[in-house]
Amino acid sequence: MSNGSEGNFVTTDGRNIGGVMMEMKNITLRFGGVVALENISFNILEGEVRAIIGPNGAGKSSMLNVISGFYIPQEGEVIFQGSPRPSLKPFEVAHQGIARTFQNIALFEGMSVLDNVMTGRLTKMKTGIFSQMIWAGKAEREEIENREAVEKIIDFLEIQAIRKTPVSRLPYGLKKRVELARALAAEPNLLLLDEPMAGMNVEEKQDMSRFILDVNSEFGTTIALIEHDMGVVMDLSDRVVVMDYGRKIGDGTPDEVRNNQEVIDAYLGVSHD
Amino acid sequence: MPDQVLFAAEVMLNGLMAGVLYSLVALGFVLIFKASGIFNYAQGVMALFAALTLVGIMDGQVPFSHLINAIFGTNIHHFGWHTPALLAIILTIMVMVLFAWLVQRFIFRHLVNQEPIILFMATIGLAYFLEGVGDLMWGSDIKKLDVGIPKGMNETIESITHGAFGYGFFIDNLDIFATFVAIILVAILVCFSQYTKQGRALRAVADDHQAALSVGISLSYIWILVWSIAGFVALVAGTIWGAKSGVQFSLSLIALKALPVLMLGGFTSIPGAIIGGLIIGVGEKLFEFLVGPWIGGATENWFAYVLALLFLVFRPQGLFGEKIIERV
Amino acid sequence: MLYREAGDYSTSYPEDSQTFPIKFDRYRYYVILAVAFLVIPFFINDYWANAVLVPFLIYSIAAIGLNILTGYCGQVSLGTGGFMAVGAYACYKLMTSFPEISIMIHILLAGGVTAAVVTLFGLPSLRIKGFYLAVSTLAAQFFLVWMFNKVPWFYNYSMTGMIGSPERTVLGIVVTGPATDAWAKYMICLIFVTLCAVLARNMTRGSVGRKWMAIRDMDIAAEIIGVNPLMAKLSAFAVSGFFIGIAGALFFSVYLGAIEVTEAFGIEKSFLVLFMVIIGGLGSIFGSFAGAAFMVLLPVLLKNLLVGGLNWPTDLAQHLYFIIAGGLIIIFLILEPHGLAQLWRVAKEKLRLWPFPH
Repeated sequence: MSNGSEGNFVTTDGRNIGGVMMEMKNITLRFGGVVALENISFNILEGEVRAIIGPNGAGKSSMLNVISGFYIPQEGEVIFQGSPRPSLKPFEVAHQGIARTFQNIALFEGMSVLDNVMTGRLTKMKTGIFSQMIWAGKAEREEIENREAVEKIIDFLEIQAIRKTPVSRLPYGLKKRVELARALAAEPNLLLLDEPMAGMNVEEKQDMSRFILDVNSEFGTTIALIEHDMGVVMDLSDRVVVMDYGRKIGDGTPDEVRNNQEVIDAYLGVSHD
Repeated sequence: MPDQVLFAAEVMLNGLMAGVLYSLVALGFVLIFKASGIFNYAQGVMALFAALTLVGIMDGQVPFSHLINAIFGTNIHHFGWHTPALLAIILTIMVMVLFAWLVQRFIFRHLVNQEPIILFMATIGLAYFLEGVGDLMWGSDIKKLDVGIPKGMNETIESITHGAFGYGFFIDNLDIFATFVAIILVAILVCFSQYTKQGRALRAVADDHQAALSVGISLSYIWILVWSIAGFVALVAGTIWGAKSGVQFSLSLIALKALPVLMLGGFTSIPGAIIGGLIIGVGEKLFEFLVGPWIGGATENWFAYVLALLFLVFRPQGLFGEKIIERV
Repeated sequence: MLYREAGDYSTSYPEDSQTFPIKFDRYRYYVILAVAFLVIPFFINDYWANAVLVPFLIYSIAAIGLNILTGYCGQVSLGTGGFMAVGAYACYKLMTSFPEISIMIHILLAGGVTAAVVTLFGLPSLRIKGFYLAVSTLAAQFFLVWMFNKVPWFYNYSMTGMIGSPERTVLGIVVTGPATDAWAKYMICLIFVTLCAVLARNMTRGSVGRKWMAIRDMDIAAEIIGVNPLMAKLSAFAVSGFFIGIAGALFFSVYLGAIEVTEAFGIEKSFLVLFMVIIGGLGSIFGSFAGAAFMVLLPVLLKNLLVGGLNWPTDLAQHLYFIIAGGLIIIFLILEPHGLAQLWRVAKEKLRLWPFPH
């Protein structure tokens, strides 16, 4: 595996990945006296699968929230696709092409699966309220177009049978899949997944892993994911960031990180040789 | 001293007294909200109902006489006896405890875990229901309430201020009495909450229902306790307001006045309810005194709300409420 | 047996997402429309119009308006009475200032004015949520009623402070004022109800409706996936205000003819419409109709039963009304927080399988 200049990177399975999509520079985030993130810097390359790992409380979700624009760091800057990102409101960040799933499911419990996934298309649906009042014509056409796009994703994630079911009635594993569908519906450049495997059994994890890999290879979507399951991380990701107590303690390919002593001490336990 | 300043001072003092009465009603809200997360819109009607029951018992009224007469064609209204005030108060307290038990058993036990807005709307329904029951039981005409609270202008203050400023302040004895009662009540409630076992249990329940359950606190016992205390506070508030202006429907509208008090003070803070009440009481009266004449008067109808609204825009949790931190 | 879907399937997305996918439902809907437009006007009399149908239609519009704000977008409002007053007074000022223009236009404009006013009062909703917002809307309620009472420009400097609706005609038929026929009152309300219901349905089925519901269900997540929360909330306030304004304008000009603001649009009105929306079902257009029908019919029924049938005094009936209305709210909230609309949905599902249990 070679590491070229200017962020050109060939993965272990031979894919050629492009330049830097997002760069976090010296990010520090504080909540009153608590330092959630301390001087963190790393980048995410276009088209790669980047894992963020670390023990509980390391600040991984906070990192994702900074990327989403939900938390504004006190120090440091976020550079997205080459230009520094000024303080953006979360919905503006979404319009930049960043979509995410949440650690505790954040689906809209009052709506059906189909409606939930359709909300993922909101950044693409532009007709104004007056056209929608009339419905026939522009609004209806846009609705049909987006419905078609959404149905493709529903097919991809195999949730056709439950599309009209109210989301509140679904079991946990299916809810996670619907959340992924909603994130994918936005056709994002960068997909943030917050513990997508949490609470799943082996089969469900295999399904989810397959979906994530397919999203990355078929749609070319860059993925950053937080995950605890080491097997998943080692298999799925191209590069890994390791965090502990708000600081970065490791950054590199899964193999490099696995052999990093500090990471082992903090997290993986002592290896037996 | 110039007359205007004296007038303003008198207005402020009266405002403080009115504020104390608002705080009394607001206290009932805070208690229930702290313990169960329910914003009890029916607190005002509880005050009305308590006052109605007190008067009814004291005057020896036959409960539901109107209904009985309509069904059976009879014409009974009174038993013919009069109950002494103290005994009537004790009996009314018992009625309020029964009410607390009924409300807990039949309503809120079934609404555990619902969203706050559903709980709030349930209390609106309860308010209407209780108002209907109160009217049906005791009749909806205005009643006079006299439990022996001193009324009328306080001579001592009048003469002192007359001597000092050349203008005698008109402060009603009733308001002074109410202030003392409120102070004592607050002191008792704060001590109860901080120093007794039940008070601690109450605070535990307010923080986290599940956790409280897991350490063996009986939610239903606590809620009955809380609603009973709120009922007692309602009785005190209802008695004082009722002695002031008669027991009538408008008493229940006081609940509406308590809302801006709570918005200012934060929904979960007892000192907040007091200070919020005082601010609103003084603010209302001063605004009406200074600005009212220019814009037609009767600004007390809305001033409290607008003040609270403006306050909330800048500080959404009120003066003493807990800061709301949202997490994803 | 009645309700079969075999052979009733969709072959296109528009078909799949239409309002009444089941054929039986669609036909039932057409029948109701036919009866409403073609049959009732010929049989309606003054009593039925004034006691039941006209208030039902008007409150349905108000309930749809409140439902959009509270049921779909989750912003609780206790200011409906005051907002209806805005519609009424706007209509009055327009009618008296521009008597040549048709009242239909005035009513629509009154809706527009109310939309603007309600949006203004909706501005705090970005900082204030839940209860606190509900209490802020009370500020709107009390302030507006006070304003219409105190500022004489609104009631054209009349001595009594009341406003009365001058006679107006549409296509030559009298629709306001004491000379109006029952069927004319009914018809003008029916036209507005149909318009509002269609507009509401269209908005709630598309991306606007989804934005509102997303804000209602989890506003933080909604913002993160791209919903502009201020715009979404303000649009809900605006649309809600439009409908409530129309209801208020009709309430004044067609239904009552003359009003005094504290009596007609006080806080009890806000609670009444809120009850309609809760009992009918939050987040449902059908629910708005069901709730309005319920709250309009209940006092009428009670009055006829108790006063007419049993000869009880009217204040007794009034007390019982409070008890029953309050009690029903509580019962609905405990048993079926989604209201009559949900009960209806469940009943239909059972009907589809009947006589089989599942």
